[in-house]
Amino acid sequence: MPHDHADHLSPSGHPYRADNDGPLSYWQSMEIAIREILIDKGVTTPAEIQAQIDAMDARSPADGARVVARAWVDPEFRARLLADASAASREMGYDIGALRLIAVENTDRVHNMIVCTLCSCYPRNLLGLPPDWYKTRAYRSRAVREPRAVLAEFGVRLGDDVTVRVHDSTADMRYIVLPARPANTADMDEEALARLVTRDSMIGTGLPKSPAP
Amino acid sequence: MGGQDAGEVAMDGHDFALWEKRVDALMVLCSGKGFFTVDGLRRVLEDMGEDAFETMSYYERWVASVNQNLIEAGVYSTQELAEKLAEVQARGADYATAATPEMATPDHTA
Repeated sequence: MPHDHADHLSPSGHPYRADNDGPLSYWQSMEIAIREILIDKGVTTPAEIQAQIDAMDARSPADGARVVARAWVDPEFRARLLADASAASREMGYDIGALRLIAVENTDRVHNMIVCTLCSCYPRNLLGLPPDWYKTRAYRSRAVREPRAVLAEFGVRLGDDVTVRVHDSTADMRYIVLPARPANTADMDEEALARLVTRDSMIGTGLPKSPAP
Repeated sequence: MGGQDAGEVAMDGHDFALWEKRVDALMVLCSGKGFFTVDGLRRVLEDMGEDAFETMSYYERWVASVNQNLIEAGVYSTQELAEKLAEVQARGADYATAATPEMATPDHTA
């Protein structure tokens, strides 16, 4: 189905947004104008802009998943990650930039989820750009008010004995959830474990996958 | 916004358009070069008021904020922007044409 052009779906299976091929909008012309002025003035270059786009495109939840899997198999790395997630991620070669990254750990008694109530702050250097729902008014408004109801919409139902902690991100302080390692994974290596770690499990709106039986 | 009533979380997503990726890149590059901070980006977004969150898309708000911050930083003037905007909008009716000056020549036939 994703390849059925009649449905106007992109290769990733999402509908194309109308403004991808519609008439030039005012804000699109603003983007072109700003970019060309900056290039004319020597502030940046087309190559630098493309390199930045490529770097952002290359980031994905697979990066965060490798960090999580490392924490699951290496207790010392886990301790370093919980103490300073920026430094621990840099150890694995990830460019975290200036922002302070904080890892919060899920256990059988505590479930963490992250939100940015003001705009869209997200651990983008480890997970790539945020999903659209993370930026919606609905998620940002309700995550701090009725997190259990929001989690239920994502299919995550927690017992009353589990404490839910919601972390509100700021411009320079970002959170990532360290999900609990799934049961029956004792014989799995780091690479196989990383494949169980979903994007949503690192935002706290999901849980890691269970290993295939 | 945090704590307000709102409906169900919409789960549909979309692929980012090239112009949106470019806005993202310009924000990261310009803040990296010290023209403004992430706080500066957010200040303008907050100043837009709630209406902007209903009427403008995410990267529309971002490009408006990047522009405001760059003008405040003195990188270019509103006059320079107005002239460039007019030039861009005269090139063509869709993004691909307007974003590609060499395609906007008089003898271009699409």
